Amino acid sequence: MEIDPIIDSGNGALVLVKQGAEARVFESVFAGKRSIVKERFSKKYRHPSLDSKLTIKRLNAEARCMTKARRLGVLTPVLYAVDPVLHTLTFEFVEGPSVKDVFLGFGSNGVVQERLADIATQIGDAIGKLHDGGLVHGDLTTSNMLIRDGTNKLVLIDFGLSFTSTLPEDKAVDLYVLERALISMHSSCGNVMDLILAAYKKSSKQWCSTLNKLAQVRQRGRKRTMVG
Amino acid sequence: MEKKMIALGFEGSANKIGVGVVTLDGTILSNPRHTYITPPGQGFLPRETAQHHLQHVLPLVKLALKEAHITSDDIDCLCYTKGPGMGAPLQVSAIVVRVLSLLWKKPIVAVNHCVAHIEMGRIVTGADDPVVLYVSGGNTQVIAYSEGRYRIFGETIDIAVGNCLDRFARVLTLSNDPSPGYNIEQLAKKGEKFIDLPYVVKGMDVSFSGILSYIEATAEEKLKNNECTPADLCYSLQETLFAMLVEITERAMAHCDSKDVLIVGGVGCNERLQEMMRIMCSERGGRLFATDDRYCIDNGAMIAYTGLLAYAHGSTTPLEESTFTQRFRTDEVHAIWREEQESGGSSGLADVGN
Repeated sequence: MEIDPIIDSGNGALVLVKQGAEARVFESVFAGKRSIVKERFSKKYRHPSLDSKLTIKRLNAEARCMTKARRLGVLTPVLYAVDPVLHTLTFEFVEGPSVKDVFLGFGSNGVVQERLADIATQIGDAIGKLHDGGLVHGDLTTSNMLIRDGTNKLVLIDFGLSFTSTLPEDKAVDLYVLERALISMHSSCGNVMDLILAAYKKSSKQWCSTLNKLAQVRQRGRKRTMVG
Repeated sequence: MEKKMIALGFEGSANKIGVGVVTLDGTILSNPRHTYITPPGQGFLPRETAQHHLQHVLPLVKLALKEAHITSDDIDCLCYTKGPGMGAPLQVSAIVVRVLSLLWKKPIVAVNHCVAHIEMGRIVTGADDPVVLYVSGGNTQVIAYSEGRYRIFGETIDIAVGNCLDRFARVLTLSNDPSPGYNIEQLAKKGEKFIDLPYVVKGMDVSFSGILSYIEATAEEKLKNNECTPADLCYSLQETLFAMLVEITERAMAHCDSKDVLIVGGVGCNERLQEMMRIMCSERGGRLFATDDRYCIDNGAMIAYTGLLAYAHGSTTPLEESTFTQRFRTDEVHAIWREEQESGGSSGLADVGN
């Protein structure tokens, strides 16, 4: 890809879309294309040296893992540019709602079973591909998944906590984070996690060791009732 | 208006035994407590802690009634901590409550310790529906209310943050009076050099045991070689642990679109943690609600108040079910009092705290 390395961030070119926990997300235009600029800002509550360590680490992780995920056949936004000085990533603008909004819509308007099953299958399939390729997302929540308008395909975003690992432990924790996010946010959608895991089993060759580990990880939270 | 409902609450899940008297509008009539303090370098063990509680519980009951200017006849219900906590210390308040219930012919209400911290924090600060960071010696959880329960969004997957601090205080043989965490906080104020420690956030969860092992293993060597002072270590440990806590709290806020944060639990009195959280909140246009050591640290009043909320909504615990348990998750409790608030119930509870 031949791209002008200088980000066109002239005055007024950036429009704030969302203020996340760690980054500000702007809409912009990059080489004539509608794009997203994600700026990891410094956290004033953190010690400066801890802050710069984490910011750079996560910026790099995100750039590397986003592109690696694409190579593994998982849809992510196309990465256009990385600026390690301004701590920004510029990538493709994906049009469509987040899975969180879709599921919350089910919560208030009633579940459309086919759509739910389709999304869950896509989620399981995508995570399976990531894990088999040795990539752990690290922050699988429904806010970090988009459904592209038109094609209805799942797009994964926010790879800031991603890392490479082939350990069943890391993959299981990845799934567990998602399971907890679903329970706390979308308990009215029924058992989405079962659908996701069914698709994951089909997609990942190493599903067996991961799901065994997941059963162990589930026991881990503190102060649970334990029988036997 | 009729006589105010009054509850007597017992808390003894860890190294503090407390008895509190409160009314339904959250007024604390009395709240004496006694802390079991061990020598520097040592933690508290269940057996000795239970003996300590047994020694102090009855004088505390008498003192609580006297300070509140009430007699046993004025009490509507007796509340106690059912769990989570250490078994032997929990047993003391469970037994005392059963005896008093039979003696005074009053109903019993079993209370979840974590939920009690949250309700106490809400009534004292007036926070309506915040994301709650509950940090103490035995618990580290990020909690938000949803559909009848306090749901755990993130938590520690091994030891609690207070436990990590307390155990590091033992390495430095800091005093346990008034609490090891307080002494670390004071020492950390003198720290200047930031030492790199592991930083472990897994999604919404955190892990502290690796950090503790690392600092325990390297502290002695570093101190011997004069690479840093004990103050630097306390400072670096606090900065790292609290940054992790603020980060997962912020994630939970972003996830459930909430602006306000409430910090409860013993570690919640740490002013540096409050300061960091306040900076984070102000960056998001939100507010921080925190309390001081009177309410943050385990006390009888929080148990009494939470039990009274349940009692006022028709929930009591029969004598034969008035047990205690070490394992009792925050999300196991059905928060009936919050449901009525949500549906606009005119119980008057919604106005509590103003």
